[in-house]
Amino acid sequence: MKEENDIVLRCSSIVKYFTTPVKFKALNNISFTIQRGEFLSLIGKSGSGKSTLLYVLSTMDTDYEGTLEINNTLLTGKTLNQLSDFRNEHIGFVFQFHFLLPEFSCLKNVMLPALKLGKKSEKEVEHDAYEKLRLLGVADQALKTANTLSGGQQQRVAIARALINNPTIIMGDEPTGNLDKTNSDIVFGIFRELTADYGQTIIAVTHDQDFAQRTDRIIELSDGELLTSNR
Amino acid sequence: MTQYTLASQIAFVHLMSRKKQTFIAALGVTFGISVFIAMIGMMNGINNLLEDLTLSATPHIHMYRDIQRREPSVMQRLLGNTPLIEVHHERPKNEQKKLRNALTMLDYIRKDPDVYGASPLLTAQVFYQYGQHEIGGTIAGVDILEEHKLFGIGDKLIGGNLYDVLTTDNGIIIGSGLAETMQVNVGDKINVTTVTGTRVLLRIVGIVQMGIGAIDNSRSYSTLHTAQRLLQKDKSFITDINIKLRDLYKAKDKSHLYSNLFGYKAEDWETANASILVSFTLRNTITYSVSVALLIVAGFGIYNILNMTIYEKMRDIAILKATGFSGGDVKAIFMIQALSLGLGGAIAGLLVGLLMSYGISKIPFEAKGVINLTSLPMSFSPLYYAIGLVFGLLTTAAAGYLPSRKAGKIDPVEIIRGK
Repeated sequence: MKEENDIVLRCSSIVKYFTTPVKFKALNNISFTIQRGEFLSLIGKSGSGKSTLLYVLSTMDTDYEGTLEINNTLLTGKTLNQLSDFRNEHIGFVFQFHFLLPEFSCLKNVMLPALKLGKKSEKEVEHDAYEKLRLLGVADQALKTANTLSGGQQQRVAIARALINNPTIIMGDEPTGNLDKTNSDIVFGIFRELTADYGQTIIAVTHDQDFAQRTDRIIELSDGELLTSNR
Repeated sequence: MTQYTLASQIAFVHLMSRKKQTFIAALGVTFGISVFIAMIGMMNGINNLLEDLTLSATPHIHMYRDIQRREPSVMQRLLGNTPLIEVHHERPKNEQKKLRNALTMLDYIRKDPDVYGASPLLTAQVFYQYGQHEIGGTIAGVDILEEHKLFGIGDKLIGGNLYDVLTTDNGIIIGSGLAETMQVNVGDKINVTTVTGTRVLLRIVGIVQMGIGAIDNSRSYSTLHTAQRLLQKDKSFITDINIKLRDLYKAKDKSHLYSNLFGYKAEDWETANASILVSFTLRNTITYSVSVALLIVAGFGIYNILNMTIYEKMRDIAILKATGFSGGDVKAIFMIQALSLGLGGAIAGLLVGLLMSYGISKIPFEAKGVINLTSLPMSFSPLYYAIGLVFGLLTTAAAGYLPSRKAGKIDPVEIIRGK
């Protein structure tokens, strides 16, 4: 694990309201920083605001007060298009469900964000995609469509997709929430390996205590407030 | 890889994954465009036929003395317009209908480089004697060679010989309807009475069919000389001059010019055939409105299918946005789908329309009284195929715009968290 003072994400005084059905403070004055290579889990009871916080950090939710900086870039106040480009390059997502596009092969699913980024030729992107799939042990499934794969394989393809542009941060929303114990362990193992061997930063929302305990750092939320941010 | 090639790749995968829906959506456009092509082809075929018919028989400019033309009285000319002088129920003075200096005018007009030809005309009102019956009609005294040059009268003869009218004393070329009614043929003689009572025996040297019933049933042609003799007028007596121009759309300007120059009424073909031109416009309006209605229906089909697709693909759109596709990219994906449906449908529509037009042009359609019509007239003008293509694309672009914009505005957080 890398310990140098290298901050990849800094949020300060994040406040978010939900207005429907009634005005409700979902996040209250959240501030913290994340260092490069950290494997961090975001926990809390249902309704504590952990997912809400993750989507604010993901730049997809822009309706908040406070400021968000990733990779020393201030993201608060940027246009939706700028944020799309930023996500494309710097953030990889893993959700509870794999969300792979059903019409495309696994390979193509992994390639799409890189093709969108447009920094490499299609050949190079394909090569990279195979590399990521191999890293996750699903290279042999590359040309199948997503719905012919098992749940664990689908989630690994989804992780490969999150990795394709070598993002600054990977964000997971219950990445193991839909998996059995074996597959959960495999996915956790992959995350662990990514942080340890490749210096990848990962934030994962989870309600799985066991998963959280094994990460580097736990941030716990309760009723929209930051409870602990222990190392 | 540019932004749009990626968007179109995704768009085509979407289209291909729902082949049946894609086919049906495109079919709507195909139907609209093919009907447009077939209808406009038919309408234009008819328009062109009528235009040819009327234009071949009408001069571009018709110059004559207008008896409607009121000249101010001598007193009015002296005193100006005052309420002191008022003439009730004024009648034109007894003036000859002839064009003064007609031959000089003819020479002048023929020297104009824009003029293709000018033909003098003297129309005599006559009664054709058919036993005890009298059939009202006219005899047009013309310069037969010039008339042939301008109106191709020689090509419309169905019997006899054009030049015989020049060599035969009192020869006429009779209208085909008239010949049929009077049961006469080339070589026969008929009696004709003029409105002033003169009775003349004329010899039929030809039968002409212009293709317009009203003309064929009443008009005959003779030389100017014969007509002048019929009316007992001198050799300079000419009532009308018919002019054809090299460019028929200069008729309006030229008619004003000649009218001012010679002081006679000069009427251009557009004014003379205003009602026919209106019927052209009407037919076109009908065609366009039917086609637009059909295309709107097709547009709704595309709108529906795209809307449905977007609901189905909500999650995919959310994930595309999460991984960095912008609203514009997503919009492009769906616009490309709409436009491909439009383009594919329209091209198929043009082909089907062409086949339909061809089929219609082969349907036997016998028409009496109109020139040699054996099948429906059909226009295959490429212009309307281009319009059809543009129409199809515009409709689908309009139909695709709203759903595409909606897709572009989908909030990914709402969809992903909404599970």
